[in-house]
Amino acid sequence: MKRVELIDVSKSYDKQVDVISNINVTIEPGEFFVLVGPSGCGKSTMLRMIAGLEEITGGTLKIGDKVANNLTPDKRDLSMVFQNYALYPHLSVQQNITFGLDVKRMKKEEQRRKAKEVAAMLGLSDYLDRKPRELSGGQRQRVALARSIVSETPICLMDEPLSNLDAKLRAHMRSEIRRIQRQLGITMIYVTHDQVEAMTMGDRIMILHEGKIQQVGKPIDIYNYPANPFVATFIGSPPMNLAKAEFDKATSELVLGGEIRLPVPMDESGKLPTTTMTVGIRPENLYPVTPETKAEDIFHTTVTNVEILGNETVFSFTIGEEEWMAKWSGQWHIDIGDQLPVRMEFESISIFDGQSGELLKRTVDHGNYVTTKEVQA
Amino acid sequence: MKMGLPQKIWIYFLLILTSALVFFPVLYAFMISFMTGPEIIQGKFFPQTFSFENYTKVFSRLPLMNYLLNSFIVSASVMIGQLIVCSLAAYAFVFLKFKGRDFIFFLFISTMMIPWEATMIPNVFTIRNLDWYNTYQGLTVPFFALAFGTFLLRQHFLTIPKELHEASQIAGLSRFKFFWKVVLPVSKTSLVTLGAYGFLTTWNMYLWPLLITTNQSVRTVQIGLKQLQSQEIATEWGVVMAGVIVVIIPTLLLLFLGQKQLQKGLSKGALK
Repeated sequence: MKRVELIDVSKSYDKQVDVISNINVTIEPGEFFVLVGPSGCGKSTMLRMIAGLEEITGGTLKIGDKVANNLTPDKRDLSMVFQNYALYPHLSVQQNITFGLDVKRMKKEEQRRKAKEVAAMLGLSDYLDRKPRELSGGQRQRVALARSIVSETPICLMDEPLSNLDAKLRAHMRSEIRRIQRQLGITMIYVTHDQVEAMTMGDRIMILHEGKIQQVGKPIDIYNYPANPFVATFIGSPPMNLAKAEFDKATSELVLGGEIRLPVPMDESGKLPTTTMTVGIRPENLYPVTPETKAEDIFHTTVTNVEILGNETVFSFTIGEEEWMAKWSGQWHIDIGDQLPVRMEFESISIFDGQSGELLKRTVDHGNYVTTKEVQA
Repeated sequence: MKMGLPQKIWIYFLLILTSALVFFPVLYAFMISFMTGPEIIQGKFFPQTFSFENYTKVFSRLPLMNYLLNSFIVSASVMIGQLIVCSLAAYAFVFLKFKGRDFIFFLFISTMMIPWEATMIPNVFTIRNLDWYNTYQGLTVPFFALAFGTFLLRQHFLTIPKELHEASQIAGLSRFKFFWKVVLPVSKTSLVTLGAYGFLTTWNMYLWPLLITTNQSVRTVQIGLKQLQSQEIATEWGVVMAGVIVVIIPTLLLLFLGQKQLQKGLSKGALK
């Protein structure tokens, strides 16, 4: 277990434009840290900089307590799993697993014992003599994982390791990787473009966009309190609904996309800026109307698309220039073109600054708690 | 694809015809090697009896075994030398980053444009000044660096996913170990191709050994064949052809052995 610290790290290929800049983050020992972002955001480059495969052009990288900027990859005490697994095609599974151990001058018997151990852990025992080309995608993935585990390095880097697997296998490997990471206490740095992976696996996640950190934090905090509209739309499926809004002082109402007027409570109205804002609301916070609903919380929509998923129903409509989606739990019989009243509350919306995108108002905590009953004898 | 019988017959007829056409000179040489002098002059295609007289003659008239051995030593050393030099050069051109790499590679490749005959005379001078006449190194060393071979191997090395290189960097493999334990085994097919190519071209080489050898100590078999032809006033073609057949055999053997290797296709399954 080792800490990884990035201080003011930046990267540029032509010494003019930084593809990555201002990276300040500390990854704690034993933490599962996920780097997530759209393709081309620099997340893989960052991982490769930590691995030592890519030069760091600015700032300091510390691994443990040592500055690691100029260490060669093998001196950094880490292992890496590649997206395409990078298995040696001419070696058997066992040889692939023990490949790095040879270099460390470990005895052959010891190597074999370790390979067997790890293979058993990952369910590869029957395949030790096969060549990589005789394995399925999931098995190859596991061999790559085994190779990284057997090296017993305190830090493990993974670069989109699950993106070549089918959905079912991916879900399975997700929990498997998480289990192994917990069991061995490895510090894991995991790169993915899949927000579901990021949400489900990470202790903390970092969202990158165009080489800059957007937000670092626990998955649920990022979901609830996205730092800017980019994070708000990147995390969550369907994404958070956004609309340009202005505050109408006269009526103390928020005007969304020039259509919806939402009353602002007295104590909140003072905090709102007079300039333009971006208002966001999660699809699950747009509710069906009940008899108790206050008339001013209701707005009317025309449904443009419906998806019934069995346990929930997602439908879209337009607000101003934006397409919004609402997610209602259960099955609803809605048709395209229906006029539908929808309830929205001021407390569930997030407000971002119109220019900087900074989060001005958070939503309330929607989390539920399980009330534990006392065990009766 | 399913073919009807008439189609099959037609295709096989064409195949046999063309292969007979291509193979005719060798076949004719093979037939002549069993004929007696008068038979050859009569222009027959099939010998009356298969006698091995010509073969015994060729071995008694020339130190043919000696020549064969020389040829083998020279060809094998050129093959090994080319494999070593070209694979190391190709490795540098693919896996090492240095300034002007692509330019140097371009320069290297452009030497393929220079006909070998143009460089032969300076090469002969070099060999003479090194006092390498009638030595194995004189016959082999000038052929170690081969632009074509470097190009061939470079193209194969380029197909090796860079992740393999990175994975071994992380595992802590030295550059040479990566070359030895990963690059070479993965590129086996290209190495075999280049090896066979190098061996055969050297085996068939005529002009260079003629220039470099002045006595029988390291003379190769192709020159031996030429000697057979001009030793006497009337050339005994039967004996010459027997020599030719003996010389071809190793070539054919190598081709058959190499072909099997080539078809294996080792690099499958490296990636997903």
